Formats: sequence, C-alpha cells, structure tokens
Amino acid sequence: MKRRDIIQKIGFSALFACMAANILFLGGIIFFVAARGLGALSWEFLTQAPRDSMTAGGVAPAIVGTFYLTLGAILFALPLGVACAVYLTEYSPKGWIVNVLRISINNLAGVPSVVFGLFGLTVFVKYAGFGVSILSGSLTLGILALPVIISASQEALTAVPQSIREASLALGATQWGTIRKVVLPASLPGILTGVILSVGRVAGETAPILFTAAAFYLKGYPRSIFSEVMALPYHIYALMTEGTHPEIQTRIAYGSSLLLLGLVLSVSMLAIFIRARQRKTYNA
Amino acid sequence: MHNMNIAEPPPSLASGPVAVNVNSLGEADVFGAEPKISARGVNFYYGAKRALNGINIDFTPRRVTAIIGPSGCGKSTFIRLLNRMHELVPGSRLEGEILLDGLDILSPACDAAELRKRVGMVFQKPNPFPKSVFENVAYGLEVNGFTERNLIEEKVIDSLKKAALWGEIKDRLRDSALGLSGGQQQRLCIARCLAVSPEVILFDEPCASLDPISTAKIEELILELKRDYTIVIVTHNMQQAARVSDQTAFFLMGDLVETGRTDRIFKAPRDKRTEDYITGRFG
Amino acid sequence: MRHFDEELQQLKNDILRMGALAQEAIINSVDALRDRDKAAARKVIDSDVEMDRLELAIDEKCLDLIVLHQPMAGDLRFITTAIKLNAELERIGDLAVDVSQRALDISDKPLLKPLVDIPKLGEMAKRMIGDAIESFIKSDTSLAKKVVLSDPEADTLKRAVEKELINDYMMRDGSTADRAVPLLLAARHLERVCDHAVSMAEDIIYMVDARVVRHHPEELK
Repeated sequence: MKRRDIIQKIGFSALFACMAANILFLGGIIFFVAARGLGALSWEFLTQAPRDSMTAGGVAPAIVGTFYLTLGAILFALPLGVACAVYLTEYSPKGWIVNVLRISINNLAGVPSVVFGLFGLTVFVKYAGFGVSILSGSLTLGILALPVIISASQEALTAVPQSIREASLALGATQWGTIRKVVLPASLPGILTGVILSVGRVAGETAPILFTAAAFYLKGYPRSIFSEVMALPYHIYALMTEGTHPEIQTRIAYGSSLLLLGLVLSVSMLAIFIRARQRKTYNA
Repeated sequence: MHNMNIAEPPPSLASGPVAVNVNSLGEADVFGAEPKISARGVNFYYGAKRALNGINIDFTPRRVTAIIGPSGCGKSTFIRLLNRMHELVPGSRLEGEILLDGLDILSPACDAAELRKRVGMVFQKPNPFPKSVFENVAYGLEVNGFTERNLIEEKVIDSLKKAALWGEIKDRLRDSALGLSGGQQQRLCIARCLAVSPEVILFDEPCASLDPISTAKIEELILELKRDYTIVIVTHNMQQAARVSDQTAFFLMGDLVETGRTDRIFKAPRDKRTEDYITGRFG
Repeated sequence: MRHFDEELQQLKNDILRMGALAQEAIINSVDALRDRDKAAARKVIDSDVEMDRLELAIDEKCLDLIVLHQPMAGDLRFITTAIKLNAELERIGDLAVDVSQRALDISDKPLLKPLVDIPKLGEMAKRMIGDAIESFIKSDTSLAKKVVLSDPEADTLKRAVEKELINDYMMRDGSTADRAVPLLLAARHLERVCDHAVSMAEDIIYMVDARVVRHHPEELK
C-alpha cells in the first residue's frame, strides 16, 4: 500500500473513532439512566400523583407541569421570536440600533440559566406580582427560548431564495404581502424546527424554574396560570437532594430522568424528521 | 414596390412621427405609433459608479424590442428600471424620466406595486413559488384582492393556455410547481405573469438556463404574445434577438449605441461598434 | 486572424480566380473571332468546364459559411454578394463560349472585314470585369461606380457595330449575312458581358455601403 493510502486510512480511522466516541457517550448516558431507572417506569408511574412522601405513586403532575411550562414558553417566545427574525431579515434595517439588537440576541443565548432564574424571580415573581407560578415560569423559559427561535427563524427566512421575493414583488405584491404569502409559508418548516428544538431545551431546564414556578410537592394539579407547579427536572433535583427515602427515591429519580430523556430525544427526532422532509420539497 | 417613391413609408405602417432613413423597400427604420414606454436622459448609478449614460429609447406598443450587448453593458440593469425593480437594491440612484403611456413612473405619485401589475417581468432563472401550479398562477390575482373562486379558476386556465402550458399541465394543477421541468417552470412563470393582465412584459434573458427545445417553445410563445402585449427582451444570444424581435437596441458599457429595425441592424448596422459586436469581432 | 476570417479570405481568392478566368475567356474568344482561329476558339469552349466546377465549389462554400457561422452585417453582405458575383461570372464564361461559337461559325468563311470595334468592345468588357473584381476585393465603391457609369459607352459601341454591319453590309449585299450575323451576335454577347459587369458593380456598392442602387439610379451620387 502506498504512503498516502496509509495516511488516508489513519485519517478516516481517527474520524471514525471520534464519531464512535460520540455515540458511546450518548449510548452510555442512556444505558446508565435506563439501567437504574427502567424499573421505576410503569403505567402507574405515568398517570398517578406521588404518594407516601414520594416513595410510591407516579410523577404525573410533574409531567403535566412540564407540559404547561413548555407550552407557555412557546406561546410567548414564538410570535415574538418570529417577528424579530422577520424584522431583521426582511426589512434589513441599517444603523447602530440594529447592530446593538443583533449583539444582544446573540448574548442572550449565552446567559447562564440560573441568571435567567434570578431575573425571573425579580421581575415576574416579585415586581410584576405574578408570584411563583406557571406564568412566571413560562415567561422566564420563554426568554430562554427566544434566541433559539430567532436563530432558527432567521436561518429559515434567509434560506428562502431572493428570486422568490423578486418574483412576488414583480407581480405587484407589497413587501409585507410577499412576507406573509410566500416567505413565511416557505420558511415554516425551518421555523417549526426551531420551535421543536427550543421545546427540547426548555423542557429540561431546572435553574430558571427553580425560583419562578416549581414546587416539590403539590397536592393536586394546577388550578390556573398563577398556580405553582411540579416539573420533571426540578423533581429529579429535589428527589436527589431533599429526598427522605434515598434508596427508593433514587430509582424514581432515575425513572423520571429516563422519562425526561425520552421526551427530549423524541422531540429532537421529530425535528430531524421534519427538516429532512423540508429539504426534500426544496430539492424536488 | 420598385416604383414606389422611397420618401414615403407605405400606408400599412401605423401613422405617427415619420421616420427618416428608409430602406430600399421604402420601409421606415423605426415603427411609427406613440411609444408605450419611453426613457429620456436616464442615468443610473450604483453608489458612485455610473452604470447607464443618458439613455433615450422608445418601445413600440405590441412589438418585440430586443436589447443586446456584451456582459456588463447595462442591459439587465436597464430593463429592471422599467418596472422599478432597481429599488430592491439599496444605494442606487436614477436620473431622468421613464414614461409609461406618457406618465412618469418614477414620480412619487406612481405606486410601485400598481406599476408592476401593468409591467410584468419574467426572470433569467425560472422562479416559481414552492406551491402548487394552480397556486402559482393564482398568486397575482390573490395578492390583488380577487377572491371569487370561479373567476380565479377561469383566469388561471386562461393564462396557462396563453402560455402554451395548459395541455401539459391540466392534470397536474395541484402538484408542486418545483416538480416541473425547467422549460415548463419558465412557461409557468409566464402564465403567472399573464394572470395579472399586464400591458408590458419584460423578459430578462428568459432562455438562458433552458435547453434548445424549451427555448424554441418560448420564442414561439413570445411571437404569439406580441399580438396583445408590448414586449422587451434582454438577450445575449443575437440569433435569438434576430428571430424574435421587431426592433433591436445595442448597449455597450452603459451607452445605447444604436437602435433600429432588427433586420436593418443585423444586415447593415450604422455604428462600427455594433458591426464589431454582431460579427463577433469584439475584444 | 480567426478561422472564419481565413475562410472569407479564401472566398475572396476564389472569386478573384473566377474573375481572372472570365477575363481570359473573353479576351481569348475575341482574339479567336478576330483571327478566325478555330483551335483558339475550341480551347475557350473546353476551358469553360473549369469555370463551371469553380462556380459550384464557390456556391457550396458560401452555403457552408452561412449555415455554419450565421454571419451578420458586413460578413453576411460579403457572402451574399460573393454568391451573386459567382453567378454573374459564370454567365460571362458562358458568353465567352458563345463568342467562340461565333468564331467557329465564320472561321471557314472568307473575311468580311477587319474587326476594329468588336475587339474594342472586348477590351472594354475585360476592363469592366477587372474593375468590378478589384472593387470587390478592395471594397472600393468609387471604382464600382465607374463601372456602372461605363454602361452607356458599351451600349454605344454595340450599336455602332450593329449599324455598320446592318447598313454597310447586310442591306447592301444580302449574301454577307452568313458572315455578318455571327459578328452582330458576338457584339451583342459582349455587350451582355458588360451588363453583367455593371450588375456586379451594383451588388458591390450594396455590399460596401448597404445602399441599394439597383433600380435606383438616383442613389448613385
């Protein structure tokens, strides 16, 4: 074999090893969590509230709470994020304010989650007077999700070829009409992907909801958006740190982890699937 | 014919300003009739760079005028002025007048969106929307406030027929437009343009990305369309200009060098630069 | 030089050759007539086949240039003019053959009169062909114009010959007809040659100036 064939083989092997390592990590985590938590999963686990000081029953309220928080976050972040992305992409304003805007959005993505939590505590829980509630939690998580949605939406909007916009304008449409009737519908799959990705992110966050929405144990299901709520990430944290019966509760924690993991992974899968389908339509 | 007094154009040509310079058959070098579109003293700048120099040109109604010239001569730049598509590019400046039926399209009183309904455009690369065939053609109508289903459907079918696409597409109205071949997509874009009932159609190198058969179909289509529409076509293919147009204008480095009847331009150009370009002795 | 320009140059050379052959044929046929030389006359008749062959080759070449290169403007006018000149020159060759036939007609008979005007007409024809070809090669409209304006002179010379042969010979003595008529016809052939040269010159003026002067004598400024 010639020298360059050998070098090529070494190169590919190294790349393969890196890829294998990645898969190994993911697989490792799943296996680790599954091994410890699979036993806890059952129909009761998914549908019942916890009993006997968190040693029996299920985590249904946490599932419901996570659902409400995520939904609320998206309802807040989606219109705001898409509107922001449309403004930045389609109207392409000039001037220093816009640059400040762009930098701010990028930096927002880098803010540590716990800082979001403190922000939410101060602004929504205390100043706005919403208290520890789904509302405060959703808003806080919404701000977290905002950069993700803006990014994904911007990418989707810029992916729409300029020739399409030209075609629309040349037919006598206005710029807003073009955005509404052609650009947004075309970028919908991309925006959707962004939404789904942010769902994955938001569902798993603990720090932002720590001070703003989550409670360890609640008797019933939340009554209104002003109620406190249980949530899966917080539940796991609380079980492991404040649990009174570690042996049983550890298993429940792992079970909840597995559940949360499963939720987030399936959401990612969904995003990948939609993206693949979208690519097919464009290249048809 | 041979005994004709060569100073008078034959009565079959439309009345209007009498053209000087007639050929041996007594035919005028430009067509009479009030121009549909005129440019007067048009200068165009990209930033500080001047791309068009003092362009004066008339486009005769219901005729095809071809604009030819080497790359970078300003022909695509110029045609985009006629429906104010140049406004999409920031940092450009336009001096002079462009008149549609005698009214200045550059004045603030003229709305760009309204103008573009009267002056349509077909682009170099077919650009159908990622929607169905039907939705593509109906787009212009919907955007202009048409809501009646029957009316829209009628207009869509009519436009597809006018664009010589109906036969191939009538069973595929709900299919994605992106699934059509290049030539079909371009005819779809033409149908989409026709649906808005324009008066003028601008073609910016419409066949540049098409195979010879699709090109021939579209050229044939243009010859049909000129009965009802005023057509301006930018092309880098001189044979195409010769086949399809009644008048030809030659642009070079932002100047309008020469314009006249197509057959006269290609048989006996008056300017040496024109002669050099069309005989391929350029550069 | 581009490949196409080389082909155009080759075409010019071919027309030049055709023109030379035509001139040669005219002069030789007139000499044969004047000298009552049978062999010379037959030589002209036999040589015509070369002109025919060249004519076909030039025609084909012109068609090729059109179909393969889609020539425009000046190039197009050049090629279409070459096609026309080609045809005219071949016709001139045929007229030289006709004059040679007339030479054969009278060569066995006694001399009627020494020829003066007919050779003059022959010289004129030769010169007009030469000027026309030169104006083609050089794209010289003034030379072409000169050819067109020589037409009346050729006419005059032909009519003088006719008048002399008819009035001084055939009317006085009918038996001279068998020798006079061929000479009359020869003069007419030669005048036709001059007409062809004029036609060529008109084509060349169109080629250079894109002005049609045929049937529009007022254009000949």
